[in-house]
Amino acid sequence: MTRKAGIAVLVALLAAFPFAAGEFYVNLASQVFIFAIFAASINLLLGYGGLPSLGHASYLGVAAYASALLTLKAGLANWAAAPLALIGTTLMACFFGLIALRATGLGFLMLTLALSQVLWGTAYRWIALTEGDNGLRGINRPAPFGVSLDDASHFYYFALAVTLLALWLMARFVASPFGAALRGTRDQPRRMAALGHDVWMVRWLTFVYAGFWGAVSGLLFVYYHKYIHPISLSLANSAEGLLAVIAGGSGTLAGPVVGAAIVMILKNYVSAYVERWNMLLGFVFVAIVVFMPEGVVPGLKRLWQRSRSRA
Amino acid sequence: MAALQITRLKKAFGGLPAISDVSLEVEEGERRLIIGPNGAGKTTLFNLVTGDLRPDAGQIRFNGRSIEKLRPDQRAHLGLARTYQIITLFPKDTVAGNVVLSLLGLSRERWNTFDSLEKQTRFAERVHAVLERVDLAAFAQRPVSALAYGEKRRLEIAMALAQSPRLLLLDEPLAGLSREERGGVRKLIAAIPREVTVVMIEHDMDTALDLADRISVLHYGKVLAEGTRAQVVADPKTREVYLGY
Repeated sequence: MTRKAGIAVLVALLAAFPFAAGEFYVNLASQVFIFAIFAASINLLLGYGGLPSLGHASYLGVAAYASALLTLKAGLANWAAAPLALIGTTLMACFFGLIALRATGLGFLMLTLALSQVLWGTAYRWIALTEGDNGLRGINRPAPFGVSLDDASHFYYFALAVTLLALWLMARFVASPFGAALRGTRDQPRRMAALGHDVWMVRWLTFVYAGFWGAVSGLLFVYYHKYIHPISLSLANSAEGLLAVIAGGSGTLAGPVVGAAIVMILKNYVSAYVERWNMLLGFVFVAIVVFMPEGVVPGLKRLWQRSRSRA
Repeated sequence: MAALQITRLKKAFGGLPAISDVSLEVEEGERRLIIGPNGAGKTTLFNLVTGDLRPDAGQIRFNGRSIEKLRPDQRAHLGLARTYQIITLFPKDTVAGNVVLSLLGLSRERWNTFDSLEKQTRFAERVHAVLERVDLAAFAQRPVSALAYGEKRRLEIAMALAQSPRLLLLDEPLAGLSREERGGVRKLIAAIPREVTVVMIEHDMDTALDLADRISVLHYGKVLAEGTRAQVVADPKTREVYLGY
């Protein structure tokens, strides 16, 4: 009950946020939402499945490129392009999962990295399609129910709604019987197989599901920026998502959201004041790993419980 | 019909044969004890039957059905369950949670990605019944990491029993237990209904010999002797390699 009340208060605060904050902060919050979906989808693999993917930017980037190309080159409207981009990217996840899940652990990491590098290289080199390093510009935001999302607070509410839906469904996913089986395959895959669980299938379905939510974040990403560049498909982008999950706390629901907020705030806010923000990001990660190796969310929880038991 | 029929099974690790030529038949409802010195291939034999390992040659039939090409999870669905010599539980989960994972393994519910597992009561009764059977009901909500070693052994067996298997493979269920704990597990195994076929690897002869209908002696990946307790003990080959006199 208290947890539900806490979530209700948080949602109310988020809904009121655009009334209190300026456009810069509203936009920053929208970017945190988008990155939170991305990080949460990585967390399904890393935190609950024990599968460290270093290629998750593939799904964000391909969905973003697909949406951009379908609207710019094929002349489709956003409402038609969006489901096509999601379906296409999810099918790609089906295929990539077949390859990447030949291995687990480090092998899985390298395979996901290799696959994403192929896409990144293609986006850079296939200039006729992607305009290469120039990126694709001139993308329009959709206007659901006739409401243009060009306004910062309109987009904020759109992104908030999608993020809440995404996080709610992912929370249901990990709390479900399937989620319990997924955690089981992370901890004792051999035992799970002996108990009748199809370990490979559990992992593959999770891979596809995570790919789908990566694609959703990619659509929001391209709508927000109205621009897409190969850097969205890069290793750096995959790594940033992975770092957000680890910093926030992998295998927890709130962890990736907090991690995404940390990364986005450092990247967009602090960089306005500190030129070498990348170095600062590095320091923050080092500090988190040293003081809260399990991540910020479990770390703060532990500190809070300790202070309460002392009081 | 034999519940488990193994024919000319072979498995080598990098040229080193672990199972060099094993043929075995276990009748339905039988209690079979497999003994043999360390490295005789006992656990490898189990891993071949459960599908953790693929044989190089030979056949494994389970209730008349050839299973050597099936995955471990498919064999579990046919009614094969096992315990591990090295305790293999889910330490972060509760005792009840471990049994739920076992029940989920054979339930279609395991593909449900939307409904909360915690709110599902359909497994609760069966979990409780199984934990009663192994005397762990009081610990249902404790994390496994808080259990004593002997309790973990019993939970291992509980997870296998929860699936109501037709064939149960017990890999050293008494290993590392105190005298009292051994008595408890012994009673537990003795109480397994006769429709379940049990194959057990065990070193503790005092306890295990009483439970067994027949005994197979494995040595260097081969069945050296087989028969009732009296036959095996009287066999000069067994005395030589296993009993050491």
